[in-house]
Amino acid sequence: MINKETVNYVGALARLHIDPQNADRFAKNLEDILHYVEKLNTLDVSSVKPTSHVLDVENVFREDTVIPSLSQDKAMGFAVEHHKGFYKVAKVIE
Amino acid sequence: MNFYNLTAHELLSLLDQKKVISEDVLKSLKERVSLVNKKTNAFIREPQVSSPAKGAFGIPVGIKDNICIADELVTCGSNILKGFRPPYDAGVVEKIKAHGSEVWGGLNMDEFAFGSSCESSFYGPTRNPWDLERVPGGSSGGSASAVAAGEAVWALGSDTGGSVRQPASFCGVVGLKPTYGRVSRYGLVAFGSSLDQIGPITKDVTDSALLLNMIAGFDKRDSTSVDTPVPDYAKALVKDVKGLKIGIPKEYFIDGIDPEVASAVHEAIDILKKEGAVIKDISLPHTEYAVATYYIVATAEASSNLARFDGVEYGLREVPDRVRKTPLIDMYETTREKGFGDEAKRRIMLGTYVLSSGYYDAYYLRAQKVRTLIKQDFDKAFGECDAILCPTSPTTAFKINEKVNDPLAMYLSDIFTIPANLAGIPAISIPCGFDKKKLPIGLQIMGKPFAEETLFRISYTYEQNTPWHLERAKL
Repeated sequence: MINKETVNYVGALARLHIDPQNADRFAKNLEDILHYVEKLNTLDVSSVKPTSHVLDVENVFREDTVIPSLSQDKAMGFAVEHHKGFYKVAKVIE
Repeated sequence: MNFYNLTAHELLSLLDQKKVISEDVLKSLKERVSLVNKKTNAFIREPQVSSPAKGAFGIPVGIKDNICIADELVTCGSNILKGFRPPYDAGVVEKIKAHGSEVWGGLNMDEFAFGSSCESSFYGPTRNPWDLERVPGGSSGGSASAVAAGEAVWALGSDTGGSVRQPASFCGVVGLKPTYGRVSRYGLVAFGSSLDQIGPITKDVTDSALLLNMIAGFDKRDSTSVDTPVPDYAKALVKDVKGLKIGIPKEYFIDGIDPEVASAVHEAIDILKKEGAVIKDISLPHTEYAVATYYIVATAEASSNLARFDGVEYGLREVPDRVRKTPLIDMYETTREKGFGDEAKRRIMLGTYVLSSGYYDAYYLRAQKVRTLIKQDFDKAFGECDAILCPTSPTTAFKINEKVNDPLAMYLSDIFTIPANLAGIPAISIPCGFDKKKLPIGLQIMGKPFAEETLFRISYTYEQNTPWHLERAKL
């Protein structure tokens, strides 16, 4: 059962504030979708291996060589706030 | 002369014969955009062209607004990327520029490609050129609408669960989702990383092959791109399907499918049969589980991919009026609340939920296992046929606002396109007729991994026998 509390809990995990006015609506949406996906429970998958990736490739390595990269100025150019080469956010530690 | 109704290969041949110059083509296209974009809203921003293209491939390629072009805005149809200009080109953009072509960014899309109707864009819905009251499909609705309206000669979209093929079907154009790994995802803003592929949206099959020629190939910056030789796809444009085995999956002709869609697809089957293809009935027994599997796997991947939008490195930053938790966490939570639309929020929440402690095995792991079963269905089917043919979508284009308040109904419009993404196989949608309302119907052909040439051969043969690709929407 998905209710307002679940929505707020999941929102907190996802760092997403949910306006209390919308919580019931989102709860209903999630409930409907989760109810729909329950059809997967009718399959016996006990001996099936999971697929995380369709291609038969693993561990793609490359040489660890230095190549040109973005300058710090360019990389930080779109930060809302930055200071002396650091991203600036609200104070975290008192 | 109006160039906007021509295909890229027609224009290229005129350019080759020096009957036109690229400046005139660009001018004609820009005029077309100025004239009709206010009706379609296919481009979020009208293309700015600084200098005319010079290379042999001098026809601009429209680019969905989730593919990075250096120093140009990229919005993903979202408010959260407000003002962001990526400092680099996507792999596909690099390749197109290397061919001497322009790129025209800013094609509208469902926010972060979350949708099947192009209505969830922060920049307003795109409309279908065949009927402006209807959706163009999605999520690459801007790309499909622009090509159908003549605003772009050809375009790129991205396809995670049908986002190239379903809008191509709704807009009467050709849309190809290549094999997973055929085209670099470097610089494509990620949605579902194990499902996403960039693909061409074009007026006909020939253009699709030419555009795939431009963008296919290995890119070391995308470790899931595959280092196998890229054939010349233009050579696969052969009018000959003799002896090719084409499977018809019974699970794709279900109750609820529009009878006019079913009948158009059956007529297509007859045409290919007359051309010498061997038609076989096949079964893909786990088809009915594909949508449920997809909405777990894709949202799980999306919720982690979208974690990067947090008001720090780029885009929007919003803070609440009062402190709720701590100033930093409040900033993250409010930025994401104001930056994302409802559908993005739903998917982030659903993805977070299915990955959360206590639910991972019940949802995410189980879905990954069912994904294996769906993939095995295709492996088995391709043991007895070379390609699989079915409708692209169960219906033609629906009305704007018809499904907006029913996410599940919206998700089910991708029921026939999602399986190819889960299995990683290539699939193409080509026009196969119109319904009584003069709305386009799409035919989907799915192939074995890296067998895009087979798809082109079948599509081209069908196209050469039918007039649908010559029809243009009147605006």
